[in-house]
Amino acid sequence: MNNEQFNNRNVNDSYYLVDIKDYPTDGWGKFKRVVKRTFRGELFVGLWVVLREMIKFDIHTIQYPLEKMPIGPRYRAVHEMKRLWESDTERCIGCGLCEKICISDCIRMDTKIDEYSRKEVSQYTINLGRCIFCGYCAEVCPELAITHGGEYENASEQREHFILYEDMLTPIDTMKAGKQLEFEGFGAITPHEDERMKKTPLAY
Amino acid sequence: MDTAYLIETVIKVVVILLVFSALAGIGTYFERKILAFMQRRLGPMNVGPYGLLQVAADGIKLFTKEDIIPTNVVAPIFKIAPVITAATAFMAAAAIPFLPQFTLFGYTVHPIVADINIGILYILGMMGVGLYGPLLGGMASANKFSLLSAARGAAVFISYEVVTGLSILAPIMLVGSLSLVDFNEYQAGGIGNWIVWSQPLAFVLFWIAAFAETGRTPFHLIANDHEIIDGFGTEYSGMRWGLFAIGEYANMFFLSFVIPLLFLGGYGDGTLLGALGLLAKMAFFFFFFLWTRAAWPDVRPDQLMWLCWKVLMPLAVINVVITGFIMMF
Repeated sequence: MNNEQFNNRNVNDSYYLVDIKDYPTDGWGKFKRVVKRTFRGELFVGLWVVLREMIKFDIHTIQYPLEKMPIGPRYRAVHEMKRLWESDTERCIGCGLCEKICISDCIRMDTKIDEYSRKEVSQYTINLGRCIFCGYCAEVCPELAITHGGEYENASEQREHFILYEDMLTPIDTMKAGKQLEFEGFGAITPHEDERMKKTPLAY
Repeated sequence: MDTAYLIETVIKVVVILLVFSALAGIGTYFERKILAFMQRRLGPMNVGPYGLLQVAADGIKLFTKEDIIPTNVVAPIFKIAPVITAATAFMAAAAIPFLPQFTLFGYTVHPIVADINIGILYILGMMGVGLYGPLLGGMASANKFSLLSAARGAAVFISYEVVTGLSILAPIMLVGSLSLVDFNEYQAGGIGNWIVWSQPLAFVLFWIAAFAETGRTPFHLIANDHEIIDGFGTEYSGMRWGLFAIGEYANMFFLSFVIPLLFLGGYGDGTLLGALGLLAKMAFFFFFFLWTRAAWPDVRPDQLMWLCWKVLMPLAVINVVITGFIMMF
């Protein structure tokens, strides 16, 4: 094995080294350089470039509060808790995986057995002062209950306004109107998940 | 001195002061907008339609800000320095004919405050005195960056004043007068009579020196944000800083008037078209001040002095000598 593929980094053959002459040392050489630079018209190239951009008027400004960039589905902003489409109840089953995996130890949950003998989340908070938005909680959640939302404009008088379970949960009227946005990002199932499903091999 | 002349002069002074103070403000708007467009941004957009009222917002901010005199500054000099900059800029405007003479309600108006026969000398002198604004402001500020700026200012101003004076000497020899009105009449015959054709070198030299005069971008080293904060303006706040800004922009406007008047035919034969022509030329030169700021890098102080003393000044001297020989024979 030789090192050719490491030395030749697939640089395009049309690349070439710029021919930079040595700096002049004597007075005559410096004078010649000055004259050359003076009449080469490089200054006008710069003028033309900015004027061209002004005429093209290809403005890239996003007037932020009025216009917003679309953010990617993998963006990890403040957490959201989703509801089940079938019954409008909370998806969270209180398994505690998110609390367990949270590397900055900011999720706290408390569960109890409700009157139907099902596990119910009685307390759920995320300390956003500690959260590093790593996305592990969303990734580990077996029910896609906790996800990261796209809401990055979370200015408030205090951070506690975002951390309670009720604040993160999809409001029931939004749910009833069918407006709950399904999470496509970190930890969500991929679009072709059905095709990748395999039957559990039972014929040993 | 009769009363009518006195009243007319006072009115002209007030009009020029008001118009160019306002223009200085609007100039900042133009500068921000044009720079923004050249950098593919939008510039001020939020105050008023297309950000037009940004000028008013800036004005209110400057006027209502606390006027801070820091502890260690030399207070009297610190206070007077911005006034020098603004005042000399406007005083220089006294000898500039902004428009051809026109008749208003049967009264002939000369849009020049004082048609003195040493107009150019007076304008250059006044703009030279304007040096004391940055110089005194920087030295009185008790701030290292301000002091650096003052030192740079002195070096720069000495360098370019020589070029300004020498480059303008050759056209003065041609015209035989120092009055801008005479300059205009010399070139009144049309585009072919413009001094720029007979004195192209003087035109370029004066134009380059104008950038140093106003401290605009290729020679913006006395208040270079990325090197010495705001230079002499670092310690200033509120309206005192605003006076520096007004002086700078008024200077840009006045020089944008002076360059066409000297070299590009001014208002020509004095018709409405000629007057509009002068305004158009003024607008181009003002635009060019902003244009270069978007396009060109700054030079170092030593580069500027090298340029002024070793390149521009010899060229100006050669230009004067050649002009003299041609006129003699």
